[in-house]
Amino acid sequence: METGKHTLIALMENRPGVLNRAVSLFRRRAFNLDSLTVGRTDCEEISRMTVVVQGTRAEAARLARELERLVTVIRVEPLNGRPAVERDLALIKVTATPETRSEISQLCEVFRARIIDVAKSSMIVELTGTETKIEGFVELLKPLGIIEMVRTGLVAMGRADNVLDRNGHASSWVAHRERVQAERRAGEVS
Amino acid sequence: MILSGAEILWKSLQREGVDLLFGYPGGAILPAYDAMGSYPGIHHVLTRHEQGATHMADGYARATGKVGVAMATSGPGATNLVTGIATAMMDSSPIVCITGQVPLPAVGSDAFQEADVAGVTLPITKHNYLVTEVEDLAYILREAFHIAGTGRPGPVLVDIPKDVQLAKTEFQPPEGDIQLPGFREPGPVPAHGVTAAAELIAAARRPLILAGHGVLLSGAEAELVELAERTETPVALTLLGKGAMPEEHRLCLGMMGMHGHASTNHAIQEADLLVACGMRFDDRVTGKLATYAVNARKIHIDIDPAEIGKNVPVDVGLVGDLKPVLARLLEELEPARHPEWMESIAVRQADERARDVVHAGHHAERLLAAEVMHALWQLTGGEAVNVTDVGQHQMVEAQYYPHRRPGTLITSGGMGTMGFAIPAAIGAKMGRPHEEVWAIVGDGGFQMTMAELATAVQERVEIKIALINNGFLGMVRQWQEFFYDQRYHATPMVNPDFCKLAAAFGIPAERVDRVDGIADSVQRAQAHRGGPFLIEFMVEQHDVVYPMVPAGSDLHQMIRRPAITAEGMKWKPASTR
Repeated sequence: METGKHTLIALMENRPGVLNRAVSLFRRRAFNLDSLTVGRTDCEEISRMTVVVQGTRAEAARLARELERLVTVIRVEPLNGRPAVERDLALIKVTATPETRSEISQLCEVFRARIIDVAKSSMIVELTGTETKIEGFVELLKPLGIIEMVRTGLVAMGRADNVLDRNGHASSWVAHRERVQAERRAGEVS
Repeated sequence: MILSGAEILWKSLQREGVDLLFGYPGGAILPAYDAMGSYPGIHHVLTRHEQGATHMADGYARATGKVGVAMATSGPGATNLVTGIATAMMDSSPIVCITGQVPLPAVGSDAFQEADVAGVTLPITKHNYLVTEVEDLAYILREAFHIAGTGRPGPVLVDIPKDVQLAKTEFQPPEGDIQLPGFREPGPVPAHGVTAAAELIAAARRPLILAGHGVLLSGAEAELVELAERTETPVALTLLGKGAMPEEHRLCLGMMGMHGHASTNHAIQEADLLVACGMRFDDRVTGKLATYAVNARKIHIDIDPAEIGKNVPVDVGLVGDLKPVLARLLEELEPARHPEWMESIAVRQADERARDVVHAGHHAERLLAAEVMHALWQLTGGEAVNVTDVGQHQMVEAQYYPHRRPGTLITSGGMGTMGFAIPAAIGAKMGRPHEEVWAIVGDGGFQMTMAELATAVQERVEIKIALINNGFLGMVRQWQEFFYDQRYHATPMVNPDFCKLAAAFGIPAERVDRVDGIADSVQRAQAHRGGPFLIEFMVEQHDVVYPMVPAGSDLHQMIRRPAITAEGMKWKPASTR
């Protein structure tokens, strides 16, 4: 079976230890991760994870099932080549002398990168795009001297009707705690 | 009603129907123990080690189908639970572990007896919690019991800091259904897959059912037998699947795998269809995966989607609770007969009886573990609840004690935890007090958790202990004999006098070293009341469990019992000092 990169998106409960569980699973089941990002969603109780894993399609599907087995993971879906947008963000600090500044800014224009900081001998450039685009940009900047660089890792979202449904609400005890806290606040006010 | 966290804990346990738990107190769990006195409906069993508490809870859970409960203090108390939790996780046994934790302000400060037990147990629990607000406690406990006992069962740990146990709040019992958006309960029977499976079964000429623990957990024994009989499909059992079908049934082939019956392993390799029911293709069952059942199409029915295709690629995977899935499958199946297939299996079985089976009582001067097990089977009418430890005696039990009823073999299969038998037997007997419960244990495993004999005496638990003493870590010795050129490093044991040891605990004990001595001792053990009874069987030191599939070998490449063993074996019984 052919191995390659597979992107999975997962909705998880937004509470302490949830990421720890997912990471522990990757380690324990020996999955080879390319990148992992977690962030908030429009819903306070839910966070969303994008995982890029190396392996066969069957292995990626198995990772999805293993992740879904975690009680705090609400839904997992491998993108499996469905229409989706994928984005990575990079901040790159590059050596910039008066002679190279214009070359850097030209490159930035071509790649639609933004210069977000300019210092005496360096600049920080921000680029958002697919992994290939970022890698292409980095290759061109390398000869100019990259001082440091950071990437967020991939985030992904299905196009149009490819929606990862939230499928419910927070756990009983989270809902209960919110009720209690609301009551307390009400008590303090009155 | 304003209650403390400790009181909410006991109230919640009461509401979950807990009337028995196993534990060991200590500083961080003391508020909970202090409140215990106000809840006399719950009986607490003081163990001698926290590991014993988890195995007892596990044995109790497997014997009753209810959730077992273990309790321990923070730090070393909590870390001592780890082996028992991992054992329960591997064998899908529902237990809830309650641990004390240092007060919240001290968490993370390396306080006295602090251990990050939620972190430690994260990969070996189905789920776990660190309670940070007393208001959450009742809900978390409700969730913990629900998660432990629903779907594929497993262990759940709830870590409760001391200040949370002491904090007070208005107690509102959780109402309504549990809402866990990420917790998947078994869904409807997958109709399309069922039809595909039925077609494969109808087309098969050499079909074979592999029945595992899931049959027992789902209560699908009747459906299994119906499936086997209607389609004349023989059934091979995993170790934990023993009891899923009466082994005397003509279609039951007994245990498969590393120490399974040779005829059964051959049947698997020759089958053209495997119907795997509630089993997970463990490496001890499959041998080398690349050559495993290569002639067979595979149907895999399991409640856990992550098990489908994990080790063995399947043609049809059905995710669901086995009982309704089999019931639905039966609706689509016509009667079928496979006389040639059954005949070819019968030929293998006859060969195996002649080659591998030790026939009891042929040699008055020596005692083999197989003879002990065969005698136990006869003397208990095959009806005892056997709790076995791990090693040679465990495999001998599996080979020589055909089980008739579900829930009559309790053993550590996946984890292979030595020391399991004595505490698990205590838990099992307390869960099913009217059954005859035997702990069958080797001299190695016995010494790992023998302190729990004191627990059995204190609680007057009437377990019978068959201590199979060969003076060796027998299974390891067997591997050394076969695969390490007979270099018996670190396997011979100088043992204490186990009968005197039992006497020190106040337990009557007898030593048996001849076949003709078995019956009397077993009958005295059976008649004994008021506490445990121990029989030490002095068995052949150099006995080996046959057949054996070497780890990583093809399933049909078994080491068989050499012909000379019956007569020419240089034998040496285990001795006492």
